[in-house]
Amino acid sequence: MVIITGTTPQAMTSQGIDLELGFSQVVQGLGIRPDIAHLLWLPLPMLLVLVAALIGVLVTVWLERKVSAAAQQRIGPEYAGALGVLQPLADGLKLLVKEDVIPKRADGLLFTLGPVLVLIPVILSWLIIPFGQNLLISNVGIGIFLWIALSSIQPIGLLMSGYASNNKYSLLGGLRAAAQSISYEIPLALAVLAVVMMSNSLSTVDIVQQQNGFGLLSWNVWRQPIGFLIFWICALAECERLPFDLPEAEEELVAGYQTEYAGMKFALFYLGSYINLVLSSLLVSVLYLGGWGFPIPVEWLAGWLNQSVDTPLVQVITGSVGIVMTVMKTYLLVFLAILLRWTTPRVRIDQLLDLGWKFLLPISLANLLITASLKLAFPLAFGG
Amino acid sequence: MNIATSTEVICFAVLATVVVIGGLGVILLDNIVYSAFLLGGVFLAVAGLYLLLNASFVAAAQVLVYVGAVNVLILFAIMLVNKKEDLKPIKSLRTRKILSAGVCAGLLGLLIRVNLTTPWSLPGPNGIGEQATIRIGEHLFTDYLLPFELASVLLLMAMIGAIVLARRDVLVSDVGTGKSVNQSLIEKTQPPLLIDKSSK
Repeated sequence: MVIITGTTPQAMTSQGIDLELGFSQVVQGLGIRPDIAHLLWLPLPMLLVLVAALIGVLVTVWLERKVSAAAQQRIGPEYAGALGVLQPLADGLKLLVKEDVIPKRADGLLFTLGPVLVLIPVILSWLIIPFGQNLLISNVGIGIFLWIALSSIQPIGLLMSGYASNNKYSLLGGLRAAAQSISYEIPLALAVLAVVMMSNSLSTVDIVQQQNGFGLLSWNVWRQPIGFLIFWICALAECERLPFDLPEAEEELVAGYQTEYAGMKFALFYLGSYINLVLSSLLVSVLYLGGWGFPIPVEWLAGWLNQSVDTPLVQVITGSVGIVMTVMKTYLLVFLAILLRWTTPRVRIDQLLDLGWKFLLPISLANLLITASLKLAFPLAFGG
Repeated sequence: MNIATSTEVICFAVLATVVVIGGLGVILLDNIVYSAFLLGGVFLAVAGLYLLLNASFVAAAQVLVYVGAVNVLILFAIMLVNKKEDLKPIKSLRTRKILSAGVCAGLLGLLIRVNLTTPWSLPGPNGIGEQATIRIGEHLFTDYLLPFELASVLLLMAMIGAIVLARRDVLVSDVGTGKSVNQSLIEKTQPPLLIDKSSK
């Protein structure tokens, strides 16, 4: 998996393994200037995270097939590799070599640009996902706010592809997608705001650290149960997963904004939606389930075993445990999303908007208010 | 010039070009949908400029508000209004264009003059980087409290206005005076699509 050391020097409060330092020393040993070495280092964490995201998607697609099969008492993919694990790769290859059709009356430029605009913000958002204390691309100060801002670009791509397809189903799908993602962004941001208020920081690393004082007991899900539910519902709606997959409701809109797409352009939408699902699950685990934290704090375990946290072996073990915990929590949530998809019916568009504006928005405002007052009343438990 | 500064210069050149050419495209293109999408690109490039100035919070807010809300709203409005309408030719279009070009050129001249005559302190104040978010919050709740609150009142007014315009069951006559209310702005219910034509 991914092992990336934080590129910000101030993140290295404790002495430990610094991959960037090691890398640049090796490269400088070959007679290359330090600034060039830094430039050579920069793309590596990004590539690693990109690969991780893609592998995450492949696993999710396989899980989706297997879980849906189990929900419908089928077997699912079986012959492509053991238990059909190679099936997603076969899907990807099929889409790769498929003919790329642009409808004659469509707007070629916008038609091509749309899927790209949908995918790029989602991939950029992986910038802020921490897999461990120093295992993220960049510990930017605005952290979680960056994700909220980036996810607001996506509707433009959806509207663009819906419009450019020159098809009424596509246009309706695009409009629905944009309306849905605008109306669910507000409760989502308010739920995040309550968490941010408790941890006094927008940075994802600080948010996780604030939850790791007492292991399992200090996770935000206990202090923010309503916020957790709101965030999860809104995240599902932002990912256009059932029960909120109205933009591509097959019975009404053929496939929504994807109707006219084929080949690699369709694959971009497909990738985008699955990367978004994994990303949302990662963020739920970061915001509410303690991120990379083990249910019992690793520092305590190291203390009981009389080991210093700074020794290289303990650091490697801590890092691996962090990654495993993040991935485990994430895939638990992905599994939940898949189960939800195959067991719940779709809501109507008016029910969807009612739920967003008349139910989730007031509740998330109340949640914010309650969090603020609890923070004033019990500063110890709610991060004063 | 080391790598960091040269990267900065290249980024600035690219972003500035995108802003200028995109801005020209927004006003010069015939297709209004293209203009709206280009506007989104211009907003993104401006956010990039903020990022170059180490103002990451302002950049993210720019993306969230201008790209995510304003631009999407504009696109929404354009795509929901799909009336094919032959617009009346506007009289003396040429003089209007010349007049507005004159006003814009005057404004540009004024801005350039201000830019050249102001004694800028170089180098400027040091950026505070990640502390900016806290500083903005402090300002919003101390010396900029009144404008901040006024803006919220303005938004509330706009919201109530939108609700009034969108509601269909409004009073036909004024409760106080009993006179009939002007309802030209209020959305009417759509006439049924399948009208029985045999009765005509």
